[in-house]
Amino acid sequence: MIDFRAAGPMEQFEIVPIIPLAFGNLDVSFTNSSLWMLIGTLAIIFFFFAATRRAGLIPGRVQAMAEVLYEFVSDLVRDTIGAEGRKFFPYVFTLFTFILVMNLFGLLPTIPGAPHAAHVFTPTSHLIVTLALAMVTITIVIAYGFWKNGLKFFKLFAPSGVPLWLMPILIPVEVVSFLSRPLSLAIRLFANMFAGHVILKLFAGFVVSLLSAGGFVMAFSIAPFIGAVAVTALEFLVAALQAYVFAVLTCIYLSDAVHAADH
Amino acid sequence: MSIFAIVSTYAGAAAEAAHGEASSAGLPQLDPTWWPSQLFWLVITFGFLYWLMAGKFLPAIGGAIEERRDRIADDLDQASEFKREAEEAESAYNQSLADAKAKAQGIAAKTRSEMDEEIANMQADTDATVEKQIATADVRIADMKTAASAKVKDAASDTARAIVEALIDEAPTSEAAAKAVNAVSQA
Repeated sequence: MIDFRAAGPMEQFEIVPIIPLAFGNLDVSFTNSSLWMLIGTLAIIFFFFAATRRAGLIPGRVQAMAEVLYEFVSDLVRDTIGAEGRKFFPYVFTLFTFILVMNLFGLLPTIPGAPHAAHVFTPTSHLIVTLALAMVTITIVIAYGFWKNGLKFFKLFAPSGVPLWLMPILIPVEVVSFLSRPLSLAIRLFANMFAGHVILKLFAGFVVSLLSAGGFVMAFSIAPFIGAVAVTALEFLVAALQAYVFAVLTCIYLSDAVHAADH
Repeated sequence: MSIFAIVSTYAGAAAEAAHGEASSAGLPQLDPTWWPSQLFWLVITFGFLYWLMAGKFLPAIGGAIEERRDRIADDLDQASEFKREAEEAESAYNQSLADAKAKAQGIAAKTRSEMDEEIANMQADTDATVEKQIATADVRIADMKTAASAKVKDAASDTARAIVEALIDEAPTSEAAAKAVNAVSQA
């Protein structure tokens, strides 16, 4: 009789402190979330260090990959915001690579038997992280919007060419839609990561449960196993897609800030 | 939000089944205990990554791409310059070839006309020499004719004197004989 134990689908989201750390009353311990942020960041740094170490006229394999990524985000920023978007390019690029790597690394398999703190963790599956990233974007939008357009930034809520009698309806709608942007941005990424990992863990849990039941029931574990494999493939797509969506929406919101006065 | 409800219900059940731990309180995401820590480390990692990207990596990659683009543009410019030079060289070559042909034809024509002239001159010279020789010969022939006729007259007058002397035994003067011969020959 094989003894399997399935972890609950929520266990993967639990924060486990590794190095306790506090500023006054504020607990800023180095946790498994911090660990995976650090691993992802260091991986990105390592990749770009390798790509730019011998940046040459004829690119190596790593440099070519980095250049594809660079051109991809650069085109996105230019197409969405225009020439003025150049100054936001480092931010959008960092945002995209950071979220992409957090999402993708979260799909790595955990080494069996590893302590809980060493389990693979997805920082972007926590709402507070995605909300913080969304708030950075919205803060830049508002700050740059007012700095660039002054009070004309409010024209964002009153598009020109709309009949005056529509304004009392339109302006509240626009304001609400603007205010819901950071929430929708944050929840979209969080919920995608969260739901994907839960479904993945549920399928995996079914496999374990069926296997531990023993006897001929074990044969049925193949069905959730196939499901888990399929969801894993889907999650890779979602991981990349959500990083892209976050970057695109950031660009669109920044574009509003840049072009608010032209509305 | 319904998915959260379903998932959290399930999570509670599963966690209880697996562990019996007190983590059934709800989503770990909604537990504020670890929010400061997550924000703190997000700021550090994301901030550090942004600093490196903006300050080092992106300028390096962008620079490499830019440099390559410039280099390709330069190479294309240079290639078109070379092409233009090659075309110029070709047209210059064609021009000089045409010039050379024209010059060669000119030289040939000139040589031909010079040779024609020389031949004509030589012919004229030869003609002149020959004519001169003919003229000299004619003069000599005329002289010889005159001399011969004078000698004939002398001989005739001598013969006439000898005949007259033999006939009348008196020899006329040579002048008279010559006069008589002249008269007879002119008659």
